[in-house]
Amino acid sequence: MSGMVEKRGRGYWFTHAGLILGVLVIFFPIYLAFVASTVTQPEIVRPPMPLIPGGHFYENYREALVSGINAPVARMLFNSSIMALGIALGKIVISILSAFAIVYFRFPLRKTFFWMIFLTLMLPVEVRIVPTYEVAANFGLLNSYPGLILPLIASATATFLFRQFFLTVPDELAEAARVDGAGPMRFFADILLPMSRTNIAALFVILFIYGWNQYLWPLLITTDPQMNTIVMGIKQMFPSGDDIANWPVIMATAILAMLPPVAVVIFMQKLFIKGLIETEK
Amino acid sequence: MEKLVTFKGWKLPLLLLAPQVLVTACFFFWPAWQAVYQSLFIPDPFGLRSHFVGLGNFEFLLGDPFYRASFWTTAVFSSLVTLVSVGLALWLAVMADRLIKGSATYRTLLIWPYAVAPAVAGVLWLFMFNTRVGVISWYLGQAGYDWNHVLNSNEAMGLVVIASSWGRISYNFLFFLAGLQAIPKSVIEAAAIDGAHFWKRFWTIVFPLLSPTTFFLLVVNIVYAFFETFGVIHTITTGGPQQATTILVYKVYSDGFVGQDLGSSAAQSVILLVVVGILTIIQFRYIERRVHY
Repeated sequence: MSGMVEKRGRGYWFTHAGLILGVLVIFFPIYLAFVASTVTQPEIVRPPMPLIPGGHFYENYREALVSGINAPVARMLFNSSIMALGIALGKIVISILSAFAIVYFRFPLRKTFFWMIFLTLMLPVEVRIVPTYEVAANFGLLNSYPGLILPLIASATATFLFRQFFLTVPDELAEAARVDGAGPMRFFADILLPMSRTNIAALFVILFIYGWNQYLWPLLITTDPQMNTIVMGIKQMFPSGDDIANWPVIMATAILAMLPPVAVVIFMQKLFIKGLIETEK
Repeated sequence: MEKLVTFKGWKLPLLLLAPQVLVTACFFFWPAWQAVYQSLFIPDPFGLRSHFVGLGNFEFLLGDPFYRASFWTTAVFSSLVTLVSVGLALWLAVMADRLIKGSATYRTLLIWPYAVAPAVAGVLWLFMFNTRVGVISWYLGQAGYDWNHVLNSNEAMGLVVIASSWGRISYNFLFFLAGLQAIPKSVIEAAAIDGAHFWKRFWTIVFPLLSPTTFFLLVVNIVYAFFETFGVIHTITTGGPQQATTILVYKVYSDGFVGQDLGSSAAQSVILLVVVGILTIIQFRYIERRVHY
């Protein structure tokens, strides 16, 4: 298609130039962080720091992963993985079950439960932070994986996504299952679950990123450095006084912190876009 | 919309709902109720007892110049983040949409900063503008401009705005590009045949057709700036200098956890609940309208 709108000319090259400029500006902070993670501390504290990568990649990353500053970064990566996977899987499991109940059954208080879940859309954790912390503390959930995961897994968004999807599933399928004498859980496991595969995958991508990038909640709930997640642990690596931060190790940690979610976006781009657009509907 | 074919029984569905309802009750409704309850009390100085003050905490807050300043800070901050991230994303999306080939490549290159956590974005920008070692602040110094966001309120605000907008550009770009690609090319070609040049076509046809996307993005970016930028502010400025970057969510945290003023923090939570409620209603009204299109 080469209509008169898309002619090649000066405008065409300006368009490319503008986009490349945009990409470079957006990339620059990450490039600089990478450079900083491959040079030595003296090179950084005598500004300007070099703008091309140095030869200390291995040492800096090894130092970060093995010893870190308060806790080994490998440990924080592990904690983050548990948290992100727990939040993503937990949300998917409890949401798909409750959506199944709400769509495929008629029972007392159904509408009440529906609105109860719906209302949680209005309560981000940042808003109810102090009382939620107290509840978690009373349950003895400080410095524990359930404490990192549970308060964040109730999600109206995922429930709605599954509800919308189930409503589009033809009634004939449930009818056929009933005629064949299959119970509701059989219908759920053999028909509904396989049909929801793409939705589950798309949701998983979005929820994994959401879980991995949590900051405020892990900051409150983990006081033991061994339980820190990597995203909140970076800030803890800065010295509190007037000392100079260990920038090469901190920047190596920053690169490691963004690697898993960025890899998910790049390698599962189609699912990511699907998930992003559907969860915002 | 309801299913015509359903299964019988009430025990199984209640069992299926139980996990979500339990989590919601423990970690959403109970804390929200606690926030409302605590907001009506003031603990004594030893934290042993608290006495009922009715709306005293709210009255105090609304008369408190720091709290009022925090409202203003939040308004400035979220408007700037929304304008910067929506504006730049629109500009990039319009350019990517002009290309017949290659827009998918630029999309891949532009969307992934979305995955970088706000707190990590904060560290990256802090590094570039650090007053001792920052590359950009050093070059600014060479050019004769003395950058110091630790002391200068406007520079601190500028820095947290840029760091908060950065990853958001990806998100907005994705929605704008999808919106642009949904506009029928025939409409644009018709205008081109009538002699309308690019910017004329943009303002008279493309931008109005894009308005549902733009409106949606304005609302979600305001919500983002209000509630999800805590990490950026905590890593770069910790609310300073002189509370110049203390947005409402940050103040709930600093009064509740750092200052240990639970009554005031709870009252602030309640006020924020009302703000979220209003924003959610706006968002839903918009969704309803879009469904009727």
